[in-house]
Amino acid sequence: MQRTEPVTQQESRGSSILQTQSLTKRFGDFTAVAELTISIEHGEIFGLVGPNGAGKTTVIKMLTTLLPPTAGNASIDGHSITHEAAKVRRVIGYVPQLLSADGAVTGYENLLIFSKLYDIPRRERKERISDVLDFMGLTDFSDKLVRTYSGGMIRRLEIAQAMLHRPKLLFLDEPTVGLDPVARKAVWEHIQQLRADYGTTIFLTTHYMDEADELCGRVAIMHLGKVAAIGSPSELKSSVGDGATLDDAFAYYSGAEENSGGGYRATSRVRRVTERVG
Amino acid sequence: MQRLGIVNYFGVITNFIGKTMAIAELEARKLHHDFTELLTRAVQPALWLLIFGEVLAQVRAIPTGNLPYIDFMAPGILAQSVLFIAIFYGIAIIWERDLGIVHKFLATPTPRSALVLGKALSAGERGLAQAVIVYALALALGVRLSWNIISLMVVVVVIILGSALFSTFSLIIACLVKTRERFMGIGQILTMPLFFASNAIYPISIMPSWLQVISQINPLTYEVDALRASMLINGPTAYGVPFDLLFLLVATAINVAIAAKLYPRVVI
Repeated sequence: MQRTEPVTQQESRGSSILQTQSLTKRFGDFTAVAELTISIEHGEIFGLVGPNGAGKTTVIKMLTTLLPPTAGNASIDGHSITHEAAKVRRVIGYVPQLLSADGAVTGYENLLIFSKLYDIPRRERKERISDVLDFMGLTDFSDKLVRTYSGGMIRRLEIAQAMLHRPKLLFLDEPTVGLDPVARKAVWEHIQQLRADYGTTIFLTTHYMDEADELCGRVAIMHLGKVAAIGSPSELKSSVGDGATLDDAFAYYSGAEENSGGGYRATSRVRRVTERVG
Repeated sequence: MQRLGIVNYFGVITNFIGKTMAIAELEARKLHHDFTELLTRAVQPALWLLIFGEVLAQVRAIPTGNLPYIDFMAPGILAQSVLFIAIFYGIAIIWERDLGIVHKFLATPTPRSALVLGKALSAGERGLAQAVIVYALALALGVRLSWNIISLMVVVVVIILGSALFSTFSLIIACLVKTRERFMGIGQILTMPLFFASNAIYPISIMPSWLQVISQINPLTYEVDALRASMLINGPTAYGVPFDLLFLLVATAINVAIAAKLYPRVVI
């Protein structure tokens, strides 16, 4: 505990904001997440990477209280995700993978509705909204319909929506998927700024190793529902070999097999093989 | 652990109402930004009233008592267009689920029932916009509309209840079938029987007896009955407006309760 982050402002209940204990999710015979035990420190940017079907989405869904675990538990800011879901929802923010701000209303209106859903007192709403608009560089566009925004602006608006209530832990599911390089850079800068200014802990998933390398203090590589490796990007790289990139580490720990998680293609391939054999 | 006093219950209820209104407010703001959509929605009731209604009025085949056929039919067409809009809400939920919007709302500290009731009221807002259009059409066709303030208020309540009832019904179907393709198929299968097995465009009395039974458990029948009683001058009612309202209210409450249970499962 010597290397605590200087940005941590919260009175911490224990040292970590998030702890999972043998968190498990099974769908029938298929184990999507197997006894996941990780902990995330206050103010950290934590990345969860892994091939398709590795269980990343299932982990996020369980931690954001959308999906009940089959076994095990997790606590966020001291609240159990299974027994105190309502309390967990107050301390987390969540930005889903696809661009999902409402295009038929303005940026301001998107924020206004969420400020009400997050119980921000009436007298504070205006200020809070103008703060997050300013923070995300969207002030000039607040009265424009969101359907006229670029992809990068929509993503920034969604992060603004998820940070209105100043969450202690922000979940970003593939925050820069589908964005052009300039917009990606802008989103990265805002994520880093968010952590620096507000001490927000960030839990993100990504497919891009450059993103994990740039943003994350620690990265967990998931494979077949388990954490295959966890550590800082440099630790992961050096564990694979001298001069290795994070891509190399990813390939090494995730088995480098396409669709190794048992997705549709893998399944149908297996079926074809068994048909031929049998 | 149970330490909820009266103050806490009050807090829970105001919180629930506030959240419901926030969801409904989003829909009102969408409507405010896009009036053209409302106009395109006017086409269907216009076709029914102008073509189907005018032709059948000439035939005089349907016994409607003292009412001209077009007067008899106008409340039925209003109920129909409200139904078709409300049934669309289920597919909107599947669409929002696919985009992750439902996930985002479910991750907020909003009671599940408030999310569902907010959607139900949103359907009511669109239903009311539709009512303005049908009233304008009916006025142009010489339907003898009642402008009595109490009658108009009843119409507003019936449309909100009818929209809430069928939109939550559609939400329940969406949560069960989970994909757009399956919903499209089922939506078609449901709306047509709901409409035709009701008193919307002909009286139940001319139906074969087995169909009469179905019509009498069809909530649309009670919606139409209440609308017919309150929209028209001396509008007839078969069941009485209070009973109609009670039937719709109970059915809506049951649907909201079921939908609130199923809604979180749409993302699983």
